[in-house]
Amino acid sequence: MAKGKKFSPVPTPETQHYWDGAKRGELLIQQCDDCSTHYFPPRPFCPNCGSRNVKVKKASGKATLYSYVISHMLRPGQEDPFAIAVVELEEGPRMMTNIVDCPQTPEALLLDMPLEVTFEEWDETITLPKFKPAGGATS
Amino acid sequence: MKPKSIAIVGAAETTKLGVVPEMSELMLHADAALNAMADAGLGPSDIDGVATAGPWPTDVAHYLGITPSWVDGTMVGGCSFMLHVRHAAAAINEGLCNTVLVTHGESGRSRVGARGFGGGGATSLVGQFEQPYGIMGPTTMFTIPALRYCKEYDVGIEKLANVAVVQREWAHQNPRASLQDLTSLDEVMNARMIAWPFTKPMCCLVTDGGGALILTRADRARDFPQKPTYILGTGESVETPLVSQMEDFTTSRAFRVSGQKAFAESGVSHADVDHLMIYDAFAHLPIYGLEDLGFCERGEGADFIWERNTAPGGKLPVNTNGGGLSYMHSGMYGMYALQEGVRQIRGVAPAQISDVKISVVHGVGGMFGASGTIILGNEAP
Repeated sequence: MAKGKKFSPVPTPETQHYWDGAKRGELLIQQCDDCSTHYFPPRPFCPNCGSRNVKVKKASGKATLYSYVISHMLRPGQEDPFAIAVVELEEGPRMMTNIVDCPQTPEALLLDMPLEVTFEEWDETITLPKFKPAGGATS
Repeated sequence: MKPKSIAIVGAAETTKLGVVPEMSELMLHADAALNAMADAGLGPSDIDGVATAGPWPTDVAHYLGITPSWVDGTMVGGCSFMLHVRHAAAAINEGLCNTVLVTHGESGRSRVGARGFGGGGATSLVGQFEQPYGIMGPTTMFTIPALRYCKEYDVGIEKLANVAVVQREWAHQNPRASLQDLTSLDEVMNARMIAWPFTKPMCCLVTDGGGALILTRADRARDFPQKPTYILGTGESVETPLVSQMEDFTTSRAFRVSGQKAFAESGVSHADVDHLMIYDAFAHLPIYGLEDLGFCERGEGADFIWERNTAPGGKLPVNTNGGGLSYMHSGMYGMYALQEGVRQIRGVAPAQISDVKISVVHGVGGMFGASGTIILGNEAP
């Protein structure tokens, strides 16, 4: 990554559906047809039982705040500290994300607070799922 | 002596630690290796096994003039050297080689002849599912689980910060430590914020240095000049390259698996342990280590440190070199934890604990991604 250039993820054959979904405004996770486990990140087999009988499904987009830090390690173009968070989806899997529409402070970012997915266009190929407080911004 | 026993007969760090711009990364490996060979009274022609992480074993063997009949390039981050010790013990016992050299060197600060930071690039799972959210290396990744731990067990941030205060007390006794001045809770809590709730003293140093170990069969160990350090038990495991995907943010599966293997193999009980090293890349690591290795109940590690059990004069001295927070941290610190374990067993550490018979050395690799545990003893098993 060149200095100052925005980092952009590059999908692989196993993850392309996820990024295509995000571009459409859908958060896609996967579920095993044999053991029913929901999982993330994407792969064409179940990490719980090894079965290849898996399907892609749209997540509800509801989540809770599992843990985070407020990073003061800023990239070019960033001016203020921001939270790097891990959220727990309603279906069970966890994912890293940012929390938007919310002050980036310990007072506003409370563990287990309800969140909902939102999407941010990153560049012409990538749209990133992010999360915001459920039911609108908090004070 | 139990059959198949292995001992460390040579151990040394680089001549200088901290800021060493006059040496390339490969030379840091070689400097440590030459010091370890001198410590064991051996030369390159006596070594027939080479293990290292970072450069290929090929690089190190050729540079030092070694012709190995066994090599191991296992690379799982900072605890790779614990895994090398474990693999070397198995290889020696299988007759694949007799005398193994394990090396580490890293120009973490000066970046002379240094390799790039690992990571798999934009197509890796980290590249796709963590990097876009603004992570900037370990300080913004390894730290993420801590807040969940604090909520789960109602632990205040001052108890995370206190880990850095206590470890500085050990570094204060160590003339080779990068940071030797005593510090206070206020100083740590009010230092520059890196990734809330972690301030700078709660994050490891970035320095230059290296270390090397030489292992052989324990029945040969008495023929070497130094007091042997016996390997009593070993363990290893890996969990995930993605910190966001660790099973439980309050405990490391890799720590538990590795620790249980090592304790079971050694037959050592926790009460027998005189000295403990827990790789402290960040202030929460010793807390997780104490709990996941079974020295404390879940949720009690922070109070155990707060109550000064791990501090100078405490009943279980931990990270007696000052740790990655205060002694040194080149990038893959596991080698320095092993070196301090050997020094304590030999009785030559700067902050020497009296009468150390058993030392447990526990390492982490990646962001809770991997683990290796080595139990050392001063008597043949």
